[in-house]
Order: sequence, then structure tokens, then C-alpha cells
Amino acid sequence: MAALTLRGIRKTLGQNTILRGIDLAIGDGELAVLVGPSGCGKSTLLRTVAGLEEPDEGTLLLGDRDVTRAPPRDRDIAMVFQSYALYPHLTVRDNIAFGLRLRNTDEAEIRRRVDDVAKSLGIEKLLDRYPRDMSGGQRQRVAMGRAVARRPQVFLFDEPLSNLDAALRAQVRIEIKRLHQSIGATMLYVTHDQVEAMTLADRLVVLNGGRVEQQGPPLDVYHRPDTRFVAGFLGSPSMNFLAATARGARLEAKDLRVTAGDRVQLSDGAPVTVGVRPHDVTPTTADDAMFTLRVEVVEAMGFEAYAHGVVGDVPFIARLDGERALPKPGERLPLSVSREALHLFNPETGASLAR
Amino acid sequence: MKPRLWQEALVHMALVAAVCFALYPVLWVVSLALSPSGTPSPHALPLPDAVSLDNFRAVVGSRDHAGHWLFAQQLLSSVVVSVATAVTSVAIATPAAYALARFRFVGERAGMRVLLATQMFPGVATAVPLYVILDTLRLLDTRAGLVLVYSTTALPFAVFQLRGAFEAIPKDLEEAAMVDGATRWQAFTKVVLPAARPAIAVTCLFAFMSSWNEFILAATFLSRETAFTLPVALQRYVGEYNASWGKFAAGAVIVSAPVMAIFYAVQRHLVGGLTAGSVKG
Repeated sequence: MAALTLRGIRKTLGQNTILRGIDLAIGDGELAVLVGPSGCGKSTLLRTVAGLEEPDEGTLLLGDRDVTRAPPRDRDIAMVFQSYALYPHLTVRDNIAFGLRLRNTDEAEIRRRVDDVAKSLGIEKLLDRYPRDMSGGQRQRVAMGRAVARRPQVFLFDEPLSNLDAALRAQVRIEIKRLHQSIGATMLYVTHDQVEAMTLADRLVVLNGGRVEQQGPPLDVYHRPDTRFVAGFLGSPSMNFLAATARGARLEAKDLRVTAGDRVQLSDGAPVTVGVRPHDVTPTTADDAMFTLRVEVVEAMGFEAYAHGVVGDVPFIARLDGERALPKPGERLPLSVSREALHLFNPETGASLAR
Repeated sequence: MKPRLWQEALVHMALVAAVCFALYPVLWVVSLALSPSGTPSPHALPLPDAVSLDNFRAVVGSRDHAGHWLFAQQLLSSVVVSVATAVTSVAIATPAAYALARFRFVGERAGMRVLLATQMFPGVATAVPLYVILDTLRLLDTRAGLVLVYSTTALPFAVFQLRGAFEAIPKDLEEAAMVDGATRWQAFTKVVLPAARPAIAVTCLFAFMSSWNEFILAATFLSRETAFTLPVALQRYVGEYNASWGKFAAGAVIVSAPVMAIFYAVQRHLVGGLTAGSVKG
């Protein structure tokens, strides 16, 4: 196993600059998840680490070895592809053994490793089958087995769960987490699914427009987003944003009246973007209201409910306790939020004002 | 919706008619081959007046004046030329098609167009210049010369067919192989080629058949009876002054038999290979 260090990685494909200087240090045994909207460069970054793309600038270190220009085979990295990329003409056994054979591993050792891997992934019965005779979930497991059998320094995962149905995705997600805990390997995982990102990551790296927008432990990133982009990207349903104006320590807009407290110093009349997660609001009395939601649609799910409507004239979603009496469409619902759950952003730069 | 009975009956009648139309000449040839008289039957139904294998015996046992067993030499000629053509054209087409499918380079599109353009001329149009070239190379009347000509003719189609097949193979597979420790060459030989095996087999078969059945160029470039390929030998039975239709028909059956047998054996792969190549081709 080894640490992975990226310094100033830049990459342009044709007219498009995909990566605009990526600095990242992933510790030995750490599972880092790259997350971001499509086109943010996460897959290109992963392919650069694999050696399938060469960066225009920057350095890539594996441990303390510079592998920036090394061909993929000399990097000792394994990759699980979105399409699984199993060799169609080989049985599962030969698929898993492929990389070992290329490295002239002793046949007895290959057999032992394949059997071990198959056992740990529960695919012993599939070893003599061909990829075409297997389900998506089974192929996914074989693809992981192929990576694990090689015992590489670093594992790369390129959206490995996106072709699975929801139930299977949850199951394999847990298997990947278990795999990481049992072999303690350095892993770099790309996804656009924030549930995967939040649940798997030791370190969450949010990419946007070819740059690292924020990185850190997933809960830190979730609770203390540096930018409006990160705040809006993580969380489902996503954060509500309202435009307000500072009046002393208070922030005001139509149907909105909150106290910013002493966390931020704002000049009078300064514009501020107020961010509130749907899960952080609670119904209150009209006198204590910080926001007033004019309810348009209520989605009741049993244990919880989502009230969709507008605050002022901006769309807003509030999560409500499903056991309580639910508001009716057209009703005005007074809401409050704890001060810690209030996010403030500079409307121009999108930067957080809270720290 | 389930088709009604009369609709199905109509479809089947049309199909039966089409099959009869296709089979009638074939049956006629078979019947002619079996008739000892070797003359076309005056009846509309292709039934031989008597059944005998004399025509086949005569064709298979044919010898020239020097006593060489002609049929064996001509069969050998056909097999050698067809196999060599298939191997040569596919051996050249495979790397060419892979490059055209995977790499972007100067002249890539122009190259494809030129290949396409060669398909627009009938083979006969090139007979005279090819004759001159083969004469200069002293390859007239040789199997090697014929293989050279056939391979160049079969090449463009083979490249098209295989390029389609390679494009249908996901790039991920090669990338996975390279990450797994393969060089590009190993990724090609250990992953791409095996994955393209059905398409390569089909392409081989097409090249084989086109040269197996080719007549005009072979008749132009070959003059030694012992070097003849079977279609040329066949034509000799129906001369200007003397037409042995029975032997001609028997020969036609013998020439078609291997091709039909191969087709029958690989038809499942053939259809798969054709679509694999054509979907993205």
C-alpha cells in the first residue's frame, strides 16, 4: 500500500480545460471519494492516476515514486470500471488471474489467490462461468475480485455501482466498505452519487469545474461547507437558498427574518445568501417564525413529509415530522432553524461567511 | 397481436414460392449432374431420366494427356489459393482495421474513403492492368500471383468488416488490460483479438469464398491446366463446339459443396458476426 500525492495536475482535452490544477494528498490506506457534477473532471482525474491519460502539467507520486509519465502497467494500480470491463472470452477464473499471469506469477500461487478472492467475495461457484452468463451484481463482484487479487498499491473505482439497481447498489456499497476495512488499501473512488460519497469516504473531495472545491471528512464537509456550491451539492433534497439583506445583526427579506448572531460581521445593507437544509427547519409559532413558507404541495412518506412551497417568492422545501398534523396547500407555515444550522454565503463569490 | 390464420397462410405461401424460385435452378443442376445422358431434361420438373454417378466419376477422375490427375491438382490449386488469400488479407486487414478504429491520425478518413472507392469498380475493370503487372513480376500463371490479386481485392472489405468489429469492442477492455499490466500490444493480442474472433472468422470465410468462387480473373491469369482453380476447370466442360452439361453440372455441385458445408456449419456465428460488424460499421 502507498500514499497517493497529486501536485498541480492540469489537463486539457482539445479546447476544454478539464483539470485546472489539482492538489490532493491521499494517505496510505485512506478511502478518498471524488464527487462532483458531470463534467467536473473527476473521471479524468481518476484516469490520470491510472495512467490512461497523461497530465499536461503536475506531478503524481505513488508513495515517494514519481509515476507522472509511467505507463499504467508500471504503476501497480488496479481499477474497477463502470462497465466492469471483464474480458468476454475468459472465464471468471481467468479474468481474475489475467493480471497475475501478465506478471508471471507462479500458477499455484495464482490458483491460491483466485480461490481466496473468490471466497471472500462469495463468487466461488462462478469461477468457471463466462461474463455473459452472469448478472450485473455478479460481474461487479468479479471486477472487484480481479482488482483485489493483484494486491496493488492503490485501488481506483470509476462509478462502480452506477449500473446496478438500487437494492444491489446498497449491498455492494457495504461490501466495498468492508473490503476497504479488511485489506486497508489506499482507494480512490469516483461517483456522482452523494449517498455513496458520504457513506464510503474517509475523505470527501468535492470537485467543481476542474478544481477541488473542498475536501475533508464527509461529515465536516456536509456540516461546514466552504462554498454555496458544496452546500447545494451535498444533501438531498438540497439546501434552500434565500437572498437577504443585513440589517444590523439581522438578515431580512420577504417572509424571512433571522438573526445572524455574532459569527459574522456584516455592514448594514450588505446582500447575503442564507442557506438552510430542508432537514434543519422546525415548525414554530407565528411570533417566533424565522421563515414563513407558503405551502404548495405536501409529500407525505409516512415517517416524514416534505412541504414544497415558497418563502417570499423563492422555492423552498421543508422536511416535517410525518407523525404530526401536516399543513394544507395554501397554508402559511411558520418555521425556525437553530443558529448552527444556518449557512451564510457571499452572494457574489459563493464563499461561506460563517468562519 | 397474434396474426390471423389466413395472414399466416398468405405469408407461408409467399415464402414457399420464394424458396421454389431459389431452389429450382439448383435442383435442375443436381438433376443434370445425375443424368447419364448429360442433356437437359425436356420436362419442366427437374427429374433425371436415370440416376447415375458417371458424370461425377468423370469429373473427379479427369486426367490430362501426360496422365496427371487434373482434378486433384485443380482442387489443390483452389484450396491453396483460397486459404492463402483468406490468411493474407485478414493478416493485413486486422492491424489496419484496428488502427482505423482506435487511433486518430492524418489521412485516416481519406484512407477510409479510398478503400471505399476501390469497392465501386467491378473486378474485371482492373483485369488488364493487373495482367500487365503480373506479367512484369513474372507471376502470371502462378498461384502466388492469383493470391496477390485476390488479397488486394478482398482487403478493403475485410478492413471495413473488422473496423466495425473493433469499434464494437469497448475501449474499457483494453484499458483494463493495460492497468492490469499489459502493454498495448499485449492488450491487443490477449484481449482485443480474442474478443473479435467471431468477426475475424467471418471475414476469413468471406475472403475464402470470394476467391473460391472467382472465375474471370483466374481465367485471365491462368493458362496451365494443372494450375487452374476449379471454376476455370469447370468452364472448360462447356466449350464452343462441345458442351458436356452433365459434367459441368457435376463439377458445379462438387465446387459448391464445401462452401455450403462451411456455411451450414458456421451460420450461427455468421449472422452474429455480420451484425457485430455492421451495427457500428
